[in-house]
Amino acid sequence: MSHERRLRVKTLVMVLLMVVCANLGDLMLKRGMLQIGAVQITPSGIWLALLSTIHNATIWLGILFLLGFTFCYMTAVSWADYSYVMPAGAFGYAVQTMLAVVILHEVVTTRRWLGVVLIVVGVLLVGQTHPSTTGPKASS
Amino acid sequence: MMPPSVILMLIFFICCSTGGEIAMTYGMKQVGEPGSFRPKALLQFVGRAVGNGWVMFAVPLLAASFYSLLVLLSWAPLSVVIPASAFNYVVGTFGAKYLLREQVSPKRWMGVIMVCIGVTLVLLT
Repeated sequence: MSHERRLRVKTLVMVLLMVVCANLGDLMLKRGMLQIGAVQITPSGIWLALLSTIHNATIWLGILFLLGFTFCYMTAVSWADYSYVMPAGAFGYAVQTMLAVVILHEVVTTRRWLGVVLIVVGVLLVGQTHPSTTGPKASS
Repeated sequence: MMPPSVILMLIFFICCSTGGEIAMTYGMKQVGEPGSFRPKALLQFVGRAVGNGWVMFAVPLLAASFYSLLVLLSWAPLSVVIPASAFNYVVGTFGAKYLLREQVSPKRWMGVIMVCIGVTLVLLT
């Protein structure tokens, strides 16, 4: 496998892992907070919520996924351009909308679909550029 | 017209968010990629990252950007905060070009602007 192809494949894998971890992390945090219930904005309410989150396994699973996201992001930018990884990560918003339609059967507005199309086309355009332009083997 | 406090907080949020991510990328470029994806090599990689000054400088900046976003959400309507947050993609690309010396081709610029508009449309619905 050529250097450029290898670079593209491993960057793509990291970005996909980032998207999966971020979405699952958000989902777990949402599920965990629903289990805990609405937080009362009083000193005792906030303290109770803090204790509840510490003892909630779903919240910890969410934190684990978000740590996974941070690790994948840091790994990706250790070899790829920031201006490549950052917009590619926005693909998660498109995935969220697809999941909302396919799994939750939500109705999605035309404006949101237009946003998804723009994100997908934008990510495809960025994806066609070279992932790393600052390393020793970089080319424009 | 937005109150000056909201404008100042928006500038603070964008500076912290972009600055944190630029510092993180700069630090991670110094750290270098993991030698392999074996547990020992990954642990060494994390150890090198934690010991890097730029990565550690990025952490409080990213925390400040998160809290300033929460403050903004309580001060200003979503229709103001979300486009400002998506504008980070454009500011970040400028930072990548002028601070990290990345080569941003017209195709990449076009992609970044489309993503910025797309994220605004998705999050505002």
